[in-house]
Amino acid sequence: MHEAELIILGAGPAGMAAAARAAGFGLSVLLLDEQPRPGGQIWREVGRAGPLRGDLLGRDYTDGARHVDRLDHPGISHLGGASVWQVDPAGEVAFTRNGAAQVARGRRILLANGALERPMPLPGWTLPGVMTAGAAQILLKASGIVAERAVLVGAGPLIYLVAAQMVRAGTPPLALVETQTLGDVLRAARHLPRALAGMGYLLKGLGLLRELRRAGVARFTGATSIAIEGTGRAEAVTFTTGNGPQRIACDTVLLHHGVVPNTQASRSMDLPHEWDDAQRSFRPVVDAWGRSAEPCVFIAGDGAGIAGAKAATLTGQLSALAIAHDLGALPEADRDLAARPLRAKLALETAARPFLDRAYPPCAQALAPADETIICRCEEVTAGTIRHQAALGCLGPNQTKSFCRAGMGPCQGRYCGLTVTELLSACHGRPQQATGAYRIRAPLKPVTLGELANLAES
Amino acid sequence: MESDYAIIGGGVVGLSVAWGLLRRGRSVTVIDGDDAGPRASRGNFGLVWVQSKGMKQPRYAQWSQTSAALWRGFAGELGDQTGIDLGLRQDGGYDLHFSEETLAETVAKYDVLKRELGGDYPFEVLGHNALRKEEPHIGPKVVGAILHRQDGHANPLRLLQALADGVRRAGGRVLTGRKVVAVDRGDGFAVACADGTRIRADRVVLSAGLGAAQLGPLLGFRAPVRPQRGQVLITEKLPPLINRPSLIARQVNEGGIQIGATNEEVGLDDGVTRKGLAQLAQEAVMAYPALARAQMVRSWGALRVLSPDGLPIYQESPTHPGAYLVTCHSGITLAAVHALRLPDWLERTPEAPDLEVFNETRFS
Amino acid sequence: MKPAFRDLAPDGPRVILRIDGHDMAMRDGANLAAEMLAAGIMPFRQTPVSGAPRGPFCMMGACFDCLVEIEGTTRQACLMEVTAGLDITLPKGRRDA
Repeated sequence: MHEAELIILGAGPAGMAAAARAAGFGLSVLLLDEQPRPGGQIWREVGRAGPLRGDLLGRDYTDGARHVDRLDHPGISHLGGASVWQVDPAGEVAFTRNGAAQVARGRRILLANGALERPMPLPGWTLPGVMTAGAAQILLKASGIVAERAVLVGAGPLIYLVAAQMVRAGTPPLALVETQTLGDVLRAARHLPRALAGMGYLLKGLGLLRELRRAGVARFTGATSIAIEGTGRAEAVTFTTGNGPQRIACDTVLLHHGVVPNTQASRSMDLPHEWDDAQRSFRPVVDAWGRSAEPCVFIAGDGAGIAGAKAATLTGQLSALAIAHDLGALPEADRDLAARPLRAKLALETAARPFLDRAYPPCAQALAPADETIICRCEEVTAGTIRHQAALGCLGPNQTKSFCRAGMGPCQGRYCGLTVTELLSACHGRPQQATGAYRIRAPLKPVTLGELANLAES
Repeated sequence: MESDYAIIGGGVVGLSVAWGLLRRGRSVTVIDGDDAGPRASRGNFGLVWVQSKGMKQPRYAQWSQTSAALWRGFAGELGDQTGIDLGLRQDGGYDLHFSEETLAETVAKYDVLKRELGGDYPFEVLGHNALRKEEPHIGPKVVGAILHRQDGHANPLRLLQALADGVRRAGGRVLTGRKVVAVDRGDGFAVACADGTRIRADRVVLSAGLGAAQLGPLLGFRAPVRPQRGQVLITEKLPPLINRPSLIARQVNEGGIQIGATNEEVGLDDGVTRKGLAQLAQEAVMAYPALARAQMVRSWGALRVLSPDGLPIYQESPTHPGAYLVTCHSGITLAAVHALRLPDWLERTPEAPDLEVFNETRFS
Repeated sequence: MKPAFRDLAPDGPRVILRIDGHDMAMRDGANLAAEMLAAGIMPFRQTPVSGAPRGPFCMMGACFDCLVEIEGTTRQACLMEVTAGLDITLPKGRRDA
């Protein structure tokens, strides 16, 4: 049994910043992460790849190295390659590492599980060769591998960043097929005054667009009726714009229309969650320190609501302050004093968010997929089946799950949960909050029966 | 809204009874809850099971046998009506034993029951080697098994879905997202829901699982039911590995291996525990060592609906004639009798089964 | 067909592992799913539900579409590192019992 005062799940921006801050107050920290090395997805393999590919990945990536360096502290024990499969609010965490199940106990738990790409069910999205834009970025960061003959599909700043990185790698994408319209951007403009405080993000975005224009990357906006064609693998993207139907032959399709909080762990503890209409997703309910309804469980970073990597380092630190105070390592006045500059920076970091959320809304076609479109990748359930179950009286996702298996596969609803909630909400005309979400239980990640059996008391 | 019957509770028990009544031309309104709530119909193990039941009450063994015998026809009719294959397999099932002593003790009990049933209890004992011929993946620690020919299993979620579909197709009305708050009597019954809905019916069937504990007294029932938690886990989809089901594990028609179940008195807590899951895994790996390499992909806790002696309760209200309490632990096994025989009892036909021993007065 | 992915730095020490009985040389310690993509392996598997072909989708351990079988256990290739002697089977098709 591992013991620590603080157990952190996830070694991304929030988890690493929280670990360093908490260790600074003398707390013992166990940092568990599924990847072999720290960084999370945003700074994946920054220790290895920063020196090799820093130029094409950019400053925002290489900056992650200093957060990784701060983990080199005697109070921090980082266990990479640890797949957490159960968390209980009393402070026990079960995980599998090197083929053996283990248990850790902490006085406080911080969930820093980050984000998932918003599911983007389009016709053909299960074909080999279709990936998330985030996946393409991970391949580039972690492995120096870049997709040739790729088309990026969806909406949001990440698409421009990935495209620019591909340009710098000498392999520009064939095209960007964007779903936002000029109207979306104009409607978002009323949030611009506030967004100007977060000017840095807007300027970066404009810089990326210039880079793509110079490289001659084709951009289509306001795309509708998007489908991925192919027999056995992705061969082309088809869509419609104001200029009529289009078809682009390609080998790889990269999807993205925003990211959403990864709530698997917080859901597994039955913590309260609320629907965030601006971000079209659920987020766990936490206070200004990231404390959840379970007093020993904190949530920081994108897992508590999407705000990006820099904000995550700040919310991670805020949770660390509260936890240090809880455990008697930091007086209240010092906690509040230390929090002040963090909160000021956080306000700047999140200033551009309302503008970005509205300028790049989720792709409407993927929020309400056509009947034939597969929405549950694992069990291969279509949107039409969910609508049929709604007609049979299923009000919520747990009923459709038992009727048609959507959400029962190994991904545990990570890539169909929000879609099912949206479909049922639309069918019954009930709000997403009332419609609810999948009930998540252990295992958060599969564990072999052999590993599990070894934990039985003999 | 007017119906011959209002059925409170839209799980497998309530829907089975509703389907059976509709089949006889009765009009039915089923009142069901929302997405949350402890729904035994979503969490059960899926066995259509005879052995080990009614060891102290042969009538219960018979009732289970009757249902098992009716299941094929029931599944066929429901399947034809809805196009849903219930995944029924009735090729026998095992009670696996890890010690000669427990095996011998159980066989002795089965022998007694067999005599009481006039010999109709087709089981046989398989030693390890005989069992291995039937189940090549069985482990060395399994000393033997009782193979009972009347046992089998089905896909309980498909049954739930097919009943929900079949009841609607047969003209039944199903109201979902409702919470019953009162039942008024006058000319028949009026069932009042929290949202203001009122359903008028000549008769009322209370089949609300654990909800009967609160609603029962409104209709003059004691309804002494309590929750008992069973944790269950299931693996990824695997190639065929288990032939016949047992109380420990069964391979479901989609390929996953379902492993169950704990028996825990923990009130309404339907969570899963690491200890419970680890014990289930340990026993399953002991029974089928190849499972050690299989990945568990899901687990859940479900609440059994248990009466003090574990047997069903079928009771007409002494104070509210025309109101019936129908509750049981084995809603899947008994689905066929609930659909095909219980309506005779509700309608008092000459073919009505004798269910006297299942009266709740046995607990007073 | 030609791999859909280009390797920006195809150097470094390689080790031999087996995929469906064929020896392949991949970079020691690299991400297994990425190396398989660079080697032109696609699809990674056929689903147990319908037999449909699938390949990596999320590359971050969330989607389970890059499942491969290693010593009788299914594993997410995107969470594995290349080591010498890995014996990998690509899952094939329906698993109806």
